[in-house]
Amino acid sequence: MISKLIYNIFDTDIGYSFRKSKIAILATIVFLIIVLASLFASIVAPYNPFDPASISLMDAFTPPAWSDGGNSNFILGTDQQGRDMFSTMIYGSRISLTVGFASIIFALILGVSLGVTSGYLGGRYEIIVMRFTDVQLTIPSILMALLVDGIARGFISKSLHNDMAIYVLILAIGISEWPQFARVTRAATLVEKNKEYILASKIIGLSNIVIMFKHILPNILRPVLVISTIGLSQAIITESTLSFLGVGFPPTNPSLGTLIRFGNNFLFSGEWWITFFPAIFLVVLAFSINLLGDWMRDALNPKLKAR
Amino acid sequence: MSFFEIKNLDIEYQTRKETIEASKKVSFSLERGEIIGIVGESGSGKSTVANAIINLIDKPGKITNGSIRLDEIELCKNEKIIQNIRGKKIGFIFQDPQTSLNPLFTIKEQLVETIQTHSNLNYNEAEKKSINLLKEVGIENPKKRINDYPHQFSGGMRQRVVIALAISCEPDLIIADEPTTALDVSIQFKILNLLKKLTIERNLGVIIITHDMGVIAETTDRVIVMRFGNIVEQGKTSKILSKPETIECKSLVMSVPPTNKKIKRFKLLSPDGKQIQDSSIKLTNNIIKNWGTRERSNKKLLDFINVTKVFDEGSIISSKNSESKVKALDNVSFNIYEGESFGLVGESGSGKSTIAKIISSLISPTSGEIFFEDISLHDPKNKIIKNKFRGQIQMIFQDPYSSLNPRFKVKNIIAEPIKFFQKNIDNEQVNKNIYDLIDIVGMSRQSLERYPHEFSGGQRQRISIARALATRPRLLICDEPTSALDVSIQAQVLNLLKDLQEQLNLTILFISHDLPVIRQMCDRTSVLKNGMVCETNDTESIFINPKHSYTKELLKLMPKIESII
Amino acid sequence: MTNYFLKRLLQSVLVMLIVAFVSFSLFNFVGDPVHNMVGQEASAEKREEIREKLGLNDPIYTQFFRFVSNASKGEFGLSYQLRRPVSDLITERLPATLELVFVSALIAIFVGVFFGVYTGINREGFTSNFILIISLFGVSLPTFVIGILFIYLFSVILGILPSFGRGEVMHIGFWSTGFLTFSGLKALILPSVTLSLFQMTYIIRLVRAEMMEILQTDYIKFARARGINQNIINYSHALKNGLIPVITITGINVGTLIAFSIITETVFQWPGMGLLFINAVQFVDIPIMSAYLIMVAFIFVMINFIVDIAYYFIDPRIRFKEEAMVE
Repeated sequence: MISKLIYNIFDTDIGYSFRKSKIAILATIVFLIIVLASLFASIVAPYNPFDPASISLMDAFTPPAWSDGGNSNFILGTDQQGRDMFSTMIYGSRISLTVGFASIIFALILGVSLGVTSGYLGGRYEIIVMRFTDVQLTIPSILMALLVDGIARGFISKSLHNDMAIYVLILAIGISEWPQFARVTRAATLVEKNKEYILASKIIGLSNIVIMFKHILPNILRPVLVISTIGLSQAIITESTLSFLGVGFPPTNPSLGTLIRFGNNFLFSGEWWITFFPAIFLVVLAFSINLLGDWMRDALNPKLKAR
Repeated sequence: MSFFEIKNLDIEYQTRKETIEASKKVSFSLERGEIIGIVGESGSGKSTVANAIINLIDKPGKITNGSIRLDEIELCKNEKIIQNIRGKKIGFIFQDPQTSLNPLFTIKEQLVETIQTHSNLNYNEAEKKSINLLKEVGIENPKKRINDYPHQFSGGMRQRVVIALAISCEPDLIIADEPTTALDVSIQFKILNLLKKLTIERNLGVIIITHDMGVIAETTDRVIVMRFGNIVEQGKTSKILSKPETIECKSLVMSVPPTNKKIKRFKLLSPDGKQIQDSSIKLTNNIIKNWGTRERSNKKLLDFINVTKVFDEGSIISSKNSESKVKALDNVSFNIYEGESFGLVGESGSGKSTIAKIISSLISPTSGEIFFEDISLHDPKNKIIKNKFRGQIQMIFQDPYSSLNPRFKVKNIIAEPIKFFQKNIDNEQVNKNIYDLIDIVGMSRQSLERYPHEFSGGQRQRISIARALATRPRLLICDEPTSALDVSIQAQVLNLLKDLQEQLNLTILFISHDLPVIRQMCDRTSVLKNGMVCETNDTESIFINPKHSYTKELLKLMPKIESII
Repeated sequence: MTNYFLKRLLQSVLVMLIVAFVSFSLFNFVGDPVHNMVGQEASAEKREEIREKLGLNDPIYTQFFRFVSNASKGEFGLSYQLRRPVSDLITERLPATLELVFVSALIAIFVGVFFGVYTGINREGFTSNFILIISLFGVSLPTFVIGILFIYLFSVILGILPSFGRGEVMHIGFWSTGFLTFSGLKALILPSVTLSLFQMTYIIRLVRAEMMEILQTDYIKFARARGINQNIINYSHALKNGLIPVITITGINVGTLIAFSIITETVFQWPGMGLLFINAVQFVDIPIMSAYLIMVAFIFVMINFIVDIAYYFIDPRIRFKEEAMVE
């Protein structure tokens, strides 16, 4: 049964396009590896960088295993506190991915519901939602996130803020990303709502909610999927940027951005690996997601004629 | 040697699953001063052949074989030569005037550029020539209008501009791909006359691609009939239309609704393509019993009284400006009796679709009254009662490709209204109903498990009909149900509707812009123009003895396939 | 014509008011302004005195009105942290950011449009695909990573470009410019390229998508059928049609650049508004935060307004809204 389902998916035009694109396959594999590694961080990472017992200042500033002074215990070297770079990166990516996924899901639920309802119901409600979307879209997401974070800082004391950082960030990034979901969903809803099968449903007398969520929503998922993927990489980059700027995750619970921030201090003194490896990791993660999203956008676009 | 000749043209499309032969050994010739028509249904390859002549076939199609010769120059596969010839010796007219012109350039800029591409005229000379061209194609005040942008012209005017552009460099051959399909009947008439005039005055050879037999009859000297990439028959138009020889051609001619009489049913080609058959459906007694048919009576089922509808362009601040208001309906009145088939005919903008939407409660009238069996539909306070009557009025639509939810299986599409109106119905009953309905519309029970995209346009319309009938409506509104279908499929669907009406005694409101179809389908008809009723009468009386000047005009301009027989 | 402009103007004012309100709320409801000004030791009476002086006991709309009228004069009060008038700080830092953003915008737009058009017209081919992959890579690189990379490469390893600061600046009136000195220009290179990269790749992909879509329209096909030279079609017809959305993009682009300058200024220690803002966020320095918000919103709104006006002159469909004449 399941194999038949998978076979059917692979046999569709999209599946065919996927199989043909080596890049898409490679990107998916890389992405899956990173996700799985983060999920099972405790198994994959050789050390637990948050366990004070496992770190020793004596190991600090060890370069990567293949260079002078390197140590095969720490493949990618250690940071200024003696934490293994590889392990910290894996745990860091877990944080980055968690924030990424959570904020996008938040933005998706908020944005899609507002988009579908405003597009379908129209009237004053639509105009108000659209104004909000427009105003927020003129403000770049980074600024929005900074703002929300700044406000949160005003309300919460500093120590509590560090513990709550993850929730604040998810909220901040989620709020900054919802408008693009709303805008795309609304545009797609406007197209669908004039189609005759929707008119037929109205004539039958189905309620608006049923029409919106049973009929329109399944038919506008394509662009939502594309935006979600690209949005995910944007969210991850935004989070790491915020952490880099010092308003994201604190050093006690570092994400990839925080790691880069601290590594930056040692760039000039020669310990390049503390910044370098998290940076590469981050870029590889974002790049693989972007490749996937890019392929998806082309594959799902009905306007681009088949070659 | 002929002026233009195509020999053994083969065109192929390579998709990932198979190779499609869009054109197989197509051969024909054309002389100057002659208008030849290529007619066929969708998928016949007529457009592909036309595009092949100037080598503009969309990828992944390509010409694999054959010769295309214009005035002794071989064009086929010779991109260099064709580049010189496009515009200069061959002019091409596309279907949709709305999208054929670049919206950011004035008419003058587009004309002058085209002229200067193929000649040595300087700017002033080119401009003068452009103004003359506009005059020749019948645009008034050309000196002023040449500075306008495309969106400032109406549809028909735009097509004239397109024609001006096509003939601007004095080509010898004109190819027109469905040049009037997007236009109203009255404008179509003028554009076709323009083409005929130009053919004679400039001694052109003209190829017209169309699916409309009436256009063929009125405009062309010879006709080529294509089907699935093959030419099934070609010859003088008068002969082909009056005495077609091949069975495919016969079936095509027979599917065209006659303009001069009313026939009981269309005779159709049998599925194996070998013989003509009469295919009325015979509903089982069971179905008829379950349906609960009503008697045809003199009782009024629908009363549409003095309805006016004004649309306001939406904005938060409603403007007092009358510019943004559109009066779609102005004091329209008519009534429909139980069991009859009532027609609404008019061109675009006549308000016929608005009427359909008002009756089906999609929009509400600005003023006026609508009574369905003495229940008022126009009173917004009547919501609860109105909802009870929703099942009694159903509608089928024009576009088969957007009238079914692509994510639902056919059985769920048909089941939805049943389950909605009978909330406590059990699954077995639902299935029984669905089986009855799919049988009624003449489709197999296996179709129920499939998705809409697996079906053709005609089949999708049948599914739409099944869905509409699911609630046993008393009034079925058909809003241009066959306008998007090929003519042979149209005949099938119209037959089906006739059968259903007869055997189930359905009351039908049939809306169309196509006069011959109205004549075949409706007992009584109202003629609409710009939101007002011009004339309401028995259909036959309207055709034989029209009273209103607009009706007379429409009847005169309507392309008639009989004109040449 | 005036109708169109008035409507747009009204919208702009509305947006500014909304932003002002958010800004104002920041002031009043996030933390306690009095507390931030006098610290913990002040007595209750002293606090009450200051509250009266600041007018914090007045009704909300009076406070809001006062806030707006002050803001329009450029008065934002004193920075909590630096204890200087915010307006002074802004005047000092604004030129740095604006010069940076201006140069980055130019780079992003010119390079972006050029490559976008190229890859849109030449869909296949090695060069096109190469540019596309690079641009996708560019979108995946966070701006700060690019900055760090550049610093490492050009300052640490090669040592030819400075890694922080603006270099020498010349003062003209209240404006300080780095354009007129050699060191100023050198200092501008790395930050502006860094800042422009993200936008550039975005523009490339957008312009490419536009061009591809336009090249498949009927009117392009008709132009080909009339025998018009393919190059003219590509670079005159298609480009003109394709540039309209690019204008909107430019508008939003500058806005994003201003936002991203926060990052670039942090990496390169560029003394602009962005660095000011980031420090303000870290110390919860509300006056600076709300002033920054209003300043930036003002710039956005102004740019959008200019874009709307530009649209009016470029797209004839907006200019001539007359309905088509009947036959």
